[in-house]
Amino acid sequence: MSAIKPLVSVEHLSLAFTGNRKAQALTDVSFHLHAGEVLGLLGESGSGKSVTLRTLLRLHSERTTQISGLITVDGLDVLALNSRALQAYRGATTSMIFQEPGLAFDPVYTIGQQIVEVILAHEAVNHSVARHRALEMLDRVQIPQARRRFDAYPHELSGGMRQRAMIALALACKPKLLLADEPTTALDATVQIQILLLLRELQKETGMAVIFVTHDIGAAVEIADRIAVMYGGRIAEENAVAGIVQHPSHPYTAGLLGATVDSSHRGKPLISIPGSPPNLANLPPGCPFAPRCTSASDQCRTECPSVVESPAHADLASPPRLACWHPIR
Amino acid sequence: MTPIILQVRNLKKYFPVRANLFSREQKVVHAVDDISFNVTKGRTLGIVGESGCGKSTTARLIANLMPADSGAIIFNGEGVGEIGGLELKSFRKKLQMVFQDSFASLNPRLTISETISYGPMVHDTSKEDAHLQAHDLLAKVGLDPDLFASRYPHELSGGQRQRVNIARALAFNPEVVILDEAVAALDKSVQAQVLNLLQDLKAEFELTYLFISHDLHVVHYISDDVMVMYLGQIVEMGPVEQVYSEAAHPYTRALLSAVPSMDPAHRTQKSPITGDPPNPIHPPSGCRFHDRCEHARAICASLVPALMPVQSSHVVACHMNHPSSGYETSGSDVQYASAGATR
Ligand SMILES: Nc1ncnc2c1ncn2[C@@H]1O[C@H](COP(=O)(O)OP(=O)(O)OP(=O)(O)O)[C@@H](O)[C@H]1O
Ligand SMILES: Nc1ncnc2c1ncn2[C@@H]1O[C@H](COP(=O)(O)OP(=O)(O)OP(=O)(O)O)[C@@H](O)[C@H]1O
Ligand SMILES: [Mg+2]
Ligand SMILES: [Mg+2]
Repeated sequence: MSAIKPLVSVEHLSLAFTGNRKAQALTDVSFHLHAGEVLGLLGESGSGKSVTLRTLLRLHSERTTQISGLITVDGLDVLALNSRALQAYRGATTSMIFQEPGLAFDPVYTIGQQIVEVILAHEAVNHSVARHRALEMLDRVQIPQARRRFDAYPHELSGGMRQRAMIALALACKPKLLLADEPTTALDATVQIQILLLLRELQKETGMAVIFVTHDIGAAVEIADRIAVMYGGRIAEENAVAGIVQHPSHPYTAGLLGATVDSSHRGKPLISIPGSPPNLANLPPGCPFAPRCTSASDQCRTECPSVVESPAHADLASPPRLACWHPIR
Repeated sequence: MTPIILQVRNLKKYFPVRANLFSREQKVVHAVDDISFNVTKGRTLGIVGESGCGKSTTARLIANLMPADSGAIIFNGEGVGEIGGLELKSFRKKLQMVFQDSFASLNPRLTISETISYGPMVHDTSKEDAHLQAHDLLAKVGLDPDLFASRYPHELSGGQRQRVNIARALAFNPEVVILDEAVAALDKSVQAQVLNLLQDLKAEFELTYLFISHDLHVVHYISDDVMVMYLGQIVEMGPVEQVYSEAAHPYTRALLSAVPSMDPAHRTQKSPITGDPPNPIHPPSGCRFHDRCEHARAICASLVPALMPVQSSHVVACHMNHPSSGYETSGSDVQYASAGATR
């Protein structure tokens, strides 16, 4: 184990929605992340990726969610922050970018105004300093003619440019942790690779940690150091990127990789994972993947495996972790 | 020879944009700028290109969801909407569209079975027949009618809703289906299921697809032919294997090499294309790609390249590929063979 304290540690996090629609969205999720690391979060639709990020920012309504566990970011006990401390934490310690920049920007203010506002809200600087920093950020994310774009409204920018402006907004206060929820899913291949390279560069330069949620394994390979795969509100497997894509150990990870289309599939039917995702309002007693798993045994159907570190790699700072009774090989 | 089911001739659509308060000049976005192509019956034509290049507008014009400024659509040899041609109403049944946003395109107050039977009932099918057909179609797209027919859209997952959209499109017995980012919002396993379903339905109903997607792997998988658009125009078109292995247009090469690496030891180091797409209000002169093209010469800025064959059915609009164009090939920076290999 590394002696340095991780920047982010999530321990035994469980979250249930208790409003009209009940769902056990997260169950016993634990992971940690050091400064400068990028964790990719993969998994089926509805597996709890976005809920994990939203919980890290405490964005869920407290009235209708029940949370247990511990989240520590940069020494702060996130789940215990009072509302003033929470305001400071959001944006300055941790900030988030989304798939749809429309969620981040208010359509009635210019891009520049909004970045300036965020800086003024978090730092004791005057307007002209904030303006200077905002311009610098727009430049930094490679928005051409940043000075002109400063006064543009969100709808006047192309999709790729809006995405870059959102990154500028998220990074304006130099956060230590950036949460990215499918930021390149809606973009075409050329713009996607530009944004991924930009994020990689900014991440190296600032030393921030990043959690990057995606369905696109290629995007995760381009940006992440490690990948955690989620299924049914739990972490199924976590490993270095190469380990996940070259030697998946969890049958769900293998299924996910197998269903990903590439040129070798042409002319053949694709292999998909049979069955449907678990009902989070009524989870089965055993492993959530057992009903769809070809290697499931009676044990899998009655007893849920917990996430365990690989004993063979205990010397690593982040050894591979797996929750499966019958791992592949 | 296989018959051509759809001919698109000189299609054009300019969108007026909010004119400056103080100027009288009316500005327009050149969304689709004089494109022509043929679609062969029973084949799938993939359409790719940068965001905003006009893929969706092309699809909407073909489906008659908005009027074109000029151009013609010829379906099975008959001019659509022309006097003496094919009536719009019967054309609309023969060509259906499926969109990305499976939720927004379903009426939340109709059950799944009502949603699927609604269209045919408007087109004079009896209620009983339409309902029977809806149940058949649900089974066809892999949704058990006993379980799903009476559900509402919010009670379905994204993949299930997209199957409903496909079933609804099929209820008209269409000959052509346009799929605009129809699998983009699905996770990989569900995407694989829907792609398999589309392939099966195509064979069973002898369908022809126009398949628009940002996912170059998916386009490669499902398409027979592919059309590459850039800023409202077609820059390259041909059989998918040929275009993917021997892309002739520098933009196509850049696009294809922008696919993320799957090998963590060899990540992409450099973006194959720099800058942002040019302003569609004032497109660049000559070849619209010239200001981002590493092979551009004087002629590229002055003369619009025409689509010309490089091989029988593989066409490209690029001066570099056509010796008679006057493209200066003696310069030192002609690296045509290695272009695109930027990884
Ligand atoms: N406010 C809420 N109330 C009730 N259930 C919710 C709420 N928000 C999310 N859920 C449920 O929690 C589960 C996890 O959702 P989450 O958004 O984290 O999925 P995801 O992994 O991000 O999926 P996707 O890949 O589709 O974005 C889903 O079943 C979802 O329906
Ligand atoms: N109703 C409209 N009014 C004004 N401009 C429009 C309208 N619809 C589209 N445009 C513009 O026309 C151009 C082509 O848009 P279109 O939606 O066809 O692109 P696309 O290739 O489908 O892009 P994407 O990949 O992002 O879906 C863009 O510049 C767009 O902003
Ligand atoms: Mg999500
Ligand atoms: Mg579109």
